[in-house]
Formats: sequence, C-alpha cells, structure tokens
Amino acid sequence: MSNTKKITIKAFRFNAETDYLPYYKSYEMEVGKDELVLDLLNRIKWEHDGSFSYRRSCRHGICGACGIKVNGKPVLSCKENAYDMIDLFGDELIFEPQSKKRAIKDMIIDKGDFWDKHAVVKPYVEGIVDEHPTHETNMSQEEVENVLNADYCIQCGNCHYACPALEVNEEFFGPAAFVAAYRFTVDPRDNAGKERLEMTSQIGPGVWDCVKCFECAEACPKDIIPIEKITRLHNLQFEHHVAQSNIATRHAEGFVRSIKKHGFLDEADIVKYSEGNIGVLKHLGDAIAMMKAGKIHITDQIPFMGNMPKSKNLDEIQKLVKISQTNKL
Amino acid sequence: MSQLRYALYTGCTAKESTPELLSSTLAVAKKLDIELIILEEASCCGASHLQDFDPFLSHVLNARNICYAEKLGLTMVTLCNTCQINLAMTKEKLAHDADYRAKVNEKLAEVGLKYQGSVEIKHFLYALIDDFGLENIKAKVEVPLSNFNIAPFYGCHNIRPSELHHKSNGGENPYNPTSLDRLIDALEGYPVNYASKNKCCGFHVDLQAPHTSNALTGTALLDAIDNNADIMVTPCPLCHLNMDIKQRSAGKQAGRDISIPVLHMPQMVALALGCTYEEIGLKYHVSNAKKVLAQATN
Repeated sequence: MSNTKKITIKAFRFNAETDYLPYYKSYEMEVGKDELVLDLLNRIKWEHDGSFSYRRSCRHGICGACGIKVNGKPVLSCKENAYDMIDLFGDELIFEPQSKKRAIKDMIIDKGDFWDKHAVVKPYVEGIVDEHPTHETNMSQEEVENVLNADYCIQCGNCHYACPALEVNEEFFGPAAFVAAYRFTVDPRDNAGKERLEMTSQIGPGVWDCVKCFECAEACPKDIIPIEKITRLHNLQFEHHVAQSNIATRHAEGFVRSIKKHGFLDEADIVKYSEGNIGVLKHLGDAIAMMKAGKIHITDQIPFMGNMPKSKNLDEIQKLVKISQTNKL
Repeated sequence: MSQLRYALYTGCTAKESTPELLSSTLAVAKKLDIELIILEEASCCGASHLQDFDPFLSHVLNARNICYAEKLGLTMVTLCNTCQINLAMTKEKLAHDADYRAKVNEKLAEVGLKYQGSVEIKHFLYALIDDFGLENIKAKVEVPLSNFNIAPFYGCHNIRPSELHHKSNGGENPYNPTSLDRLIDALEGYPVNYASKNKCCGFHVDLQAPHTSNALTGTALLDAIDNNADIMVTPCPLCHLNMDIKQRSAGKQAGRDISIPVLHMPQMVALALGCTYEEIGLKYHVSNAKKVLAQATN
C-alpha cells in the first residue's frame, strides 16, 4: 500500500490591494500520512507560489494563528492531520480563510472584530491584588472544576467565525468572548463578574441571541465546547439575579409554566407569555396563517383551549417540578 | 427481518402545530411494519431553553422521559432534532457524573422511578436508515419521487456536536452529512447539493432576534431554490416551522419572493410509500404543499 495520496487542493486566493474578486487556484500534490494541514500550506508556498499567504507561528497548537477552513470545517492547521481531512472529504480539499468576507490576503483575515469583542468582556482578572502577598491565592478543587476548560482558549477565532448568529448580527459578542466572560466570572479572585453577567445578558450582543447551532462546539480545536459556557452564563444570570424579565428570559422560564400545566409545551401560550399582551400582536399574521392551515386548533376562539394535549401521569411531572426547580425569574 | 419495535417520544410539536409529522410517522411505521409505542407519559424536553433557566429541572424531567422507555425496554425514537439532543445530552451527563445521577434519582424516587441509562435514543431518520435499511425502504417504494429535486435540510441538533451523536447517527460528518441525501436517493428523488444543508435555521431565537432567524431561514430557503430545489425536506419540526411559516417574512427581509413546499422527513417517505393525502397531512402547511401529491404521480 502506498504511503502517499494524490490530492488536489483548491485554495482561496485574494489580494485586497490588487484583486477585485477572490478566485480559487488548484494545486496537485502527493500527501504523506504524517503531514499536517500546515505542511500543505507550506508546500503551496514553497513548491508552487511564494506569494501564497497565511498566518503561522508556534506549530504546536498554542499560538492560535493558523486557523483556516478545510471544506467548511474550521481547523487549526498545525493540529489537523491531512489524511484525516482526506478521509472526511475525499481527495479534493478546499482551503479557505476563516471568514471570506474579512480576507486581506489568501488565508489571512482581519480579526479586528474578534479582538474588539474579546476585549469588551474584560478577559482578565479584575480585583484588588496585594502587591506583596505573603502567601499564594489558593483555589479550592471545586473552584478549579467550575472553570471547566474555559481557560484552554487560544483565541484562534475558529468558533467566532463559525458562528452563524455573528454573521447576521454584528453586535453579537460571539462564542469566544462568552468563553472568556465565563472563565473570569467564575474566577474567585475576580470582582467584575456581575458586570460581565449584565453585559452578556443584553439582548442583541448577549447570550440570548445564541442560535444554539453547536457550530462553536464543533469548531474548537481545544474541545472547549463554547456553548456549554454560554449555557452556564444563562444559568449564572438567574442564579445571581442579574436576569431581567424580558422576552428571552420569560421564554426560558415559561417552559416551566407550561410543563406544570400540561406536561407538554403550550406553543401558543409560550409566545404570548414571552412577548406580553402587546408584543404578541406582531405574530398575528403568522397565527392567522397557522389557523388557516389547521396548525392552531380553535375551540371557543381560544387557541388550544380545551384540546391542549396532556401528559399521562401529569401529577408526577408536577411533583418533580415542585421538588426539583432550583431557579426563579 | 424480525419486526422493529420502538418507544416513540413524540415531542410537543408533533402533538400540536405539526400534526402532519405524527400522522405521517405512524403511516410510515404501519407501511414498514415497524411498531411504535407512544410514550404518553412523556413531558416536554425543554427544547434547549428550559436548561438555560434551570438545568437540573431539565435533567430530571428528561431522565423521567427516558425512564418510561426503559420500562418498555425499547430504544427511544424521537421525531425532533432538539428533543433528540436534549434527551441525548441528559443521558450523556448522567452517564459521566455518578453524583449528579444520584441527585436526579433522588428526585425520581419521589415518584417511584429510577433512571438507569439502559436504552438508546435515536432520531426516527436513523432508525429508518440504519435499522430498517435503505435497501428495504427502496423495495417498498410505490411512488418514486423522480419528479422532484429535493433539498435536504439536516437541522443542527442531529449532527452537532458530532461526538454526542455518533453513537446514534451512523457517524454523520457534520460538514458533509449524507443520511437524508441517501434517503432521497433511495426514494428515487434527486438530492440537491447546496451549501446551507447543514446550517442553522435560527428557530431558537425566533422571539428575541427575529432578524437573525429570518436571515438564516431566508438564506437556506433561497440557497435551496437557487439550486433548483422543488421541495425542501427536514427531519426537524422546529426547522420545519421556520421554513414553512416564515417564507413570507424571510422573503421580505431578503427582498425576494420565497415559495417552496417544505416536507417533514416522514412525510417524504410516506409520499413515496403511497400513503394517503390525510396520512401525509399536506393540508397542514402554511406554504402550499398540497400540489406535491399530484406532482408526484404526474
């Protein structure tokens, strides 16, 4: 069996100073089983075209410079084996920058928005630190575990540029900033936790605009699972009474209200409860269309009234809600 | 092949705003002689929102849901990607944290239940493909879908995070999923290849961020249409709600007219297996889907 595979790499090429539009250029090469995606980037530059540009530095998966997308999958080039990519995508690999619309030259993008948003959430310990401490600041085992692995982040930007919410909502902080916000909020030395929770509870930039697609979890080369930290920020907002009653928090809390009553979610009620009596009116068009299609059943003019399905053994569910509920809005 | 039997977790949507999902699922099961026992005791899974408010309560309720499948000793089958991920994440959490499982079981004991983690949880799509088998489905096709270019829309929560789902989704590559494409192919339709097929529909921010949700829904629908899709198909009723109901608002935001029938995965299978108009439930769509039946047999 051969120890190499012949593949074609289609690489995104663009020079913001001279090109009107980007284009793709193909490079054929024999790839060995130990080669990394970064080796292939190097070989394009060294064997084919010296002008080919990309960021690289440590080659050890820690500097976070060499994030690109291979066939749409965000990878850290120096960590990703090229054969694994061939297994996933076949013998035509497409190399693209993390974000095509932010491309400056080939794989190099302007990461300005990433750093700006990262800086806003105060990604550092804010507190009064004794300049001449007489002993270490110890963390309990529990405190260490509570950080989860949020401190593994290398700011590569893979999750940030994989996030579809961020692509269409410019003010959204994005998953990497949320990981940093979480990491320092649970740090026992830090005093800015409440400020971060307030910041990340705002509708628009905050965690409530996360679409829950798990792209960030898939994109992270450090297995951080940013959405897990986003969920923890949601939880902390309720635990620390930072969460205000608004459309998003009522939506989350409203599930309990429905489940207690029916076991199931009352789909019409959750919209009405989250939006409030006035806000709900903007859904009138959709509601009428749904009624016409028979999606909302009408009994005595009140949606779902009387024919909301109910779970069997509803009393069990009600009891479990009563004894298990830990948060309040 | 011995008869396949599953515990069916319907989820809320199939019992409320998408009755066509439940009727078509039951019709497909009947045609293929698959026994589905509905878990009438089940509650809402929390739809990925309850856990933001109260993760412990969410885990307790989902552990209870799984308990009822355990009582039957049957694999639990879901009809909704978000139900699937919530139940699977609960199972994962309880499998890896014995102290937490004990706390959950302490609550369940109050209602006479005990969570064991003994059953598998999989989406109906993968029960059909991996358990029943594509070749066996192909052999049952009465109405080949050869009149349609069909755009598969996978929905996030069946394919990401891949590590969680790999046990139940046949190892689907989240960057290049193939299950729906293979199913369309087996039903003799033409799968449409388009970039948005594994992307997010935005459903979970419908209320607080309608601009985001309309943008994501619109992009995916237009991508399918621009790649000559006649129909879109999805295994997730939440994706379906957005793709079916939001065509007008998403189109308005995108500045283009959007009109395409969107079918639930079981509806597409029911259509190919020759189920009736009522069973397929084509009247329950906001965007005109009634024509699909006539087009299929033309």
